[in-house]
Amino acid sequence: MIPLETFRVALRALLRNKMRSFLTVLGIIIGVGAVIAMVAIGEGAKAQVEASFASMGSNLLIVLPGSTQSSGARGGFGTMPTLTWDDLAAIRREAPAVRYAAVQLRSNAQLMSDDQNWATSVSGTSPEYFLIRSWKAARGRSLLDSDVDASAKVVVLGQTVVDKLYGAVDPIGQTVRIKNIPFEIVGVMEKKGQSPMGQDYDDCAFVPQSTFQSKIQGGLQKFISGTIFIGATSTDSTARAETQVTDLLRDRHHLDSAADDDFSIRNLTEMANAQADGMRTLTTLLASIAGVSLLVGGIGIMNIMLVSVTERTREIGVRMAVGATPLNILLQFLVEALTLAVAGGLVGVALGIFTAGRLAAKFGWPTLVRPDIVLISVCFSGLVGVVFGLYPARKASQLDPIDALRYE
Amino acid sequence: MPLIELDQVSKVYRMGDVEVHALREVSLTVEERDFVAVMGSSGSGKSTLMNIIGCLDRPTGGAYRLDGAEVSRLDRRQLAGVRNKTLGFVFQSFNLLSRTSALENVELPLLYGGVPARERHRRASEALGRVGLADRVHHRSNEMSGGQQQRVAVARALVTRPRLILADEPTGNLDSRTTVEIMVLFQELATAGITILLVTHEPDVAAYASRVLVMRDGRVRTDERQRARRAVDDLAATAPPDEEPPKGPPDDEPRKAPPADEPRKASA
Ligand SMILES: Nc1ncnc2c1ncn2[C@@H]1O[C@H](COP(=O)(O)OP(=O)(O)OP(=O)(O)O)[C@@H](O)[C@H]1O
Ligand SMILES: [Mg+2]
Repeated sequence: MIPLETFRVALRALLRNKMRSFLTVLGIIIGVGAVIAMVAIGEGAKAQVEASFASMGSNLLIVLPGSTQSSGARGGFGTMPTLTWDDLAAIRREAPAVRYAAVQLRSNAQLMSDDQNWATSVSGTSPEYFLIRSWKAARGRSLLDSDVDASAKVVVLGQTVVDKLYGAVDPIGQTVRIKNIPFEIVGVMEKKGQSPMGQDYDDCAFVPQSTFQSKIQGGLQKFISGTIFIGATSTDSTARAETQVTDLLRDRHHLDSAADDDFSIRNLTEMANAQADGMRTLTTLLASIAGVSLLVGGIGIMNIMLVSVTERTREIGVRMAVGATPLNILLQFLVEALTLAVAGGLVGVALGIFTAGRLAAKFGWPTLVRPDIVLISVCFSGLVGVVFGLYPARKASQLDPIDALRYE
Repeated sequence: MPLIELDQVSKVYRMGDVEVHALREVSLTVEERDFVAVMGSSGSGKSTLMNIIGCLDRPTGGAYRLDGAEVSRLDRRQLAGVRNKTLGFVFQSFNLLSRTSALENVELPLLYGGVPARERHRRASEALGRVGLADRVHHRSNEMSGGQQQRVAVARALVTRPRLILADEPTGNLDSRTTVEIMVLFQELATAGITILLVTHEPDVAAYASRVLVMRDGRVRTDERQRARRAVDDLAATAPPDEEPPKGPPDDEPRKAPPADEPRKASA
């Protein structure tokens, strides 16, 4: 019998019991829908995390002063200054895997325009900082070495600060007061969005490190009251850069082998990878739960196909009497199960995409529908249909014609 | 060479400890183009005989040759082929696919015979025309009267141009006029060269055959040739249904027959 005819017969049989067919594939629909939606949410979250780590900067290490050990009299890292300007110079000079190093001195301060004010984090830094974070000025310019050398009273603002203080007005050339000291706005940085922890990267202001030390922090110091940002030469060399900087600083701080580090280093690439791994595990977990519901859907198909074979025993007998071979009958029921499952799979895909879209719209969750997952889901539901349809179909094909015809 | 050759064919059903001998060493030959009526009391083995000849069932003993070929040597697929190409069936309960058009019911054997759609269509329409249902082609089986349904079944049996048509009480559910109409069809088919085996309880129906077997207790008791009555003459003699006093249900009223694929209530 021609495949097309087999399909037509199957379709007709399914449409004859629309409600039942629908209920039968509900398991598949929900299973596939769940797979698609969950993977879409997982992938969306992963993409967002990756993007936000990428916006932190590439090949990034952050050196923080203080021990990671929080017990005893010492406070946590960042509380006690242990990094010196000489350490910074040494890192630049002696660690070959380090391409850029820059300080970020930080303080919270009130910024005032003519008619608005806004509290934000003000950082003192040098031009390398923007290279490490691959961050460019959207308008005006970024900080220059000459600004640092001259301790110029210039400031570069993040977009959020501009929005709060100036709204739609062009801030370039305007004067903003930081701790009541007037600074000239020379640039506005590109929008960066949110950090992996949800903090706004654009709520910030940058001044030259020298100006920061003299005007904001008050007085020059031997120690760096902030962190050192390091850009490694490549992604592969971040681990090497980490070792080199650790060895160098331990040596410079005269720490013997028993002593703890009096600083700590965060490897952003590693953190990003760990995060992505976590996301992947979560996605896999969600997808396997959804996969189980697909299997349950398959059992539902088998159940209904068995009922259908019993109900249609006489029809099978008639078909056999007029010349249907066991293979014809087998294929008829198999195609029916397959059609049911694939149709359920397709509806499930639609449902999954729809659900992902609604979630994205309603909660602002990022979602990403992966075409390969869609294809795999549909194929898998087809497989479920064949596997679970095989037993009922075989049962039908092995009926004895005379028993089938006599079946009451 | 005879079309059907049964050599000491038996069929024993084992029900627990009891053995039911449905057929006891039946030997029988039927030549091509014969029109044979099989009679006998209920339980005498008529249906069993028909099912074995129709390759729907296998004998428990003896040999059966159909058109010279030993049937017991054929596997399930080959038997399906024989039923498709050589045989046609007409059942007492019509056994049409319900909620399916007359045309599609008649196309069914051609579908399994691998006949392309166009030709299938043409031949099925032609067969329906031959049984006088040219205007009912697209009616579904449950929208037709019993007589019409049985004519669809006859069309389905003849559409493959079989050598042999097996009819087990084909008029058992029909009124007398419709019975004669169906018998006219069978006689036409016999004239066209198709061998016919027909089971009936009614001597009036058996009268249209040219050979009558009477069975009893799994054996063929008598086997006689006769001059067949002409069904067309009887049809002409009967009044058309609307002038006849209501005997049975009128021809146009759909009759309840158990359709083949109707969901069945669970009844143990
Ligand atoms: N599947 C079966 N299992 C057990 N016994 C059976 C089976 N089919 C038929 N028989 C028995 O075989 C015998 C012959 O049955 P068969 O159906 O051939 O009779 P029949 O002549 O067609 O009767 P009727 O005129 O009532 O249709 C009966 O005694 C019946 O009980
Ligand atoms: Mg019988």
